[in-house]
Amino acid sequence: MDKLIIAGRSFNSRLLVGTGKFASNQAMVAAMENSGSEIVTVALRRVDIDNPADSLLSHIDRNRYLLLPNTSGARDAEEAVRLARLARAAGCEPWIKLEVTPDPYYLLPDPIETLKAAEILVKDGFIVLPYMPADPVLAKHLEEAGVATLMPLGAPIGTNRGVRTRDLIAIIIEQATVPVVVDAGLGAPSHAAEAMEMGADAVLVNTALADTPDPAAMARAFCKGVEAGREAYLAGLGPQRQKAEASSPLTGFLRNN
Amino acid sequence: MDLCVNGQSREFPQPLNVEQLLEQLELKPERVVVELNREILTIDRHADIQLQDGDTLELIQFVGGG
Repeated sequence: MDKLIIAGRSFNSRLLVGTGKFASNQAMVAAMENSGSEIVTVALRRVDIDNPADSLLSHIDRNRYLLLPNTSGARDAEEAVRLARLARAAGCEPWIKLEVTPDPYYLLPDPIETLKAAEILVKDGFIVLPYMPADPVLAKHLEEAGVATLMPLGAPIGTNRGVRTRDLIAIIIEQATVPVVVDAGLGAPSHAAEAMEMGADAVLVNTALADTPDPAAMARAFCKGVEAGREAYLAGLGPQRQKAEASSPLTGFLRNN
Repeated sequence: MDLCVNGQSREFPQPLNVEQLLEQLELKPERVVVELNREILTIDRHADIQLQDGDTLELIQFVGGG
């Protein structure tokens, strides 16, 4: 597959995976391996002092995967900036998946706070990958702020409903000058393939792998879905028509009229 | 000395610096990010910073997330 380039860095895989909600670290590692992904997201939370858990980082090979911390849990720009700086202090490269989701029911990204945080973080030297509503006008504002990608949602986080924002994502892709990563809501390899066929540069999934009976096998299926979609996009899909157009010759039938 | 650690009040009988606090809580410094009174502390400063009564600390780590 052709390489994905984000902020001057090149990746062989166009599938990004999240590390949340896996039944075990072993299941997570197996899914990461089978996905072929080279970028994995992580979150930051308080240590449970009375029950310090096994460190997540001891399971992730940092030579193989770029760690992409998210700002999940942030309800406004200030909280997101604070989380991003903590992630960088933890020794991560300054890449940040910016998420500002004040609404706990649909976890929809706040466009105004996301833009505010993006402006601050870009100035602070971060490579910012913002999770965002599928809004082409916001996409332009974020690009002007200097983000490295646009990450519009297909459907609310964890819903597995597919590319419900299809028409708006198509406009974002058409106008974007940075890679477009469809993030959130993709639940099946066919959804990932659909986004890639539309010309998305990459997709990000987590629940679609973690919350299945066999995450490792599903990761392999998503890897194929993403590759199939990308190859179809590069090949160029045939035109859609309202009326039938025969694939077989319309002459030489075994009849006389 | 009373410290507020991750939102909970905790009492410590003797004075501590940040390095000693992590040791006492059995946390590996390279796996934890420390924020003291809203200021991020890099690991090389842990031994130099003496904690004061009433300090607020956040001890943060990476967890699975999407």
